[in-house]
Amino acid sequence: MDEEHSENSAPKQSGVPDVSDQIKTIAFVRQHTGWMLRLARCYMADAALAEDAVQSAFSKIFDRSDQFEGKSSIQSWMRRIVVNESLMLLRKRQSLKKEDSIDLWMPEFDDNKCRIEEPWSAIPNAEQLLMMSETRDIVMNAIDRLPDVYRIVLLLRDIEEHTTAEVAVRLEISVTNVKTRLHRARAALKTLLEPQMRKGGLR
Amino acid sequence: MAKTPWKRRIKGMMFKMPLMITCEVFEDFIIEYLESELTDRQQRLFEFHLNICRECREYLAAYKIGMETAKQSLSNEAIQLPVEVPEDLVAAVIASRNDR
Repeated sequence: MDEEHSENSAPKQSGVPDVSDQIKTIAFVRQHTGWMLRLARCYMADAALAEDAVQSAFSKIFDRSDQFEGKSSIQSWMRRIVVNESLMLLRKRQSLKKEDSIDLWMPEFDDNKCRIEEPWSAIPNAEQLLMMSETRDIVMNAIDRLPDVYRIVLLLRDIEEHTTAEVAVRLEISVTNVKTRLHRARAALKTLLEPQMRKGGLR
Repeated sequence: MAKTPWKRRIKGMMFKMPLMITCEVFEDFIIEYLESELTDRQQRLFEFHLNICRECREYLAAYKIGMETAKQSLSNEAIQLPVEVPEDLVAAVIASRNDR
């Protein structure tokens, strides 16, 4: 099979080009490299490693193009492969086992176990925040600052929308551990995005 | 050390009363609340605290908006933004494709 055929008759050019078609292959690689690299960079801080992930993702995509069943968009299918390859490389580096501290970004409580939280005048929603052009870069930077063990859980659970149980299986850790890391990652994200949220609330 | 504001001192006393939870316990319940895994009793305690504690209410709202903003920043559509494609990577991918 040289082209993907889906039931909902997806346009032919959205499929993976055949190896013999050099021009289409180059166009395909150029079309997808940008977002694949951006996604891989979320998983690993090391730019060279992210490029390795994209390269091995492409070879999986070419090798397995006949396995794409058209149940999701081609981008979603390719996205899963990029995530898999990124995780594989991270696992090889053993960085998923590293436990870095993110205590600095955790919420604060006083001696009475009461939360210490600066009052908010208004909290903008995600759409309002994303209308501020710099928000995306701030989010990327915040995700980048999370240690691997927290970042990966956050990405798989909240961004790729796997269930907590699925993330536990993928990362070979307990469900409780996923929840703990996820909560801490989200709490850290809130702290890191807070200056932008407060700025957005004033607009 | 700065003196604890009186409002928080009062809250601290209040949260020790029966059927109340402290902000720290509220914090521990958040993940299970969002996964709908709290027991009925925990759910009631959590929601009651949410109603009476402005700090926790605002904290949780900001926490959820952080999650949502991250999700939307990395959606299929959002990551498609034009970017300068590294030509050496494209060349490497094509070369390894041609070697097969």
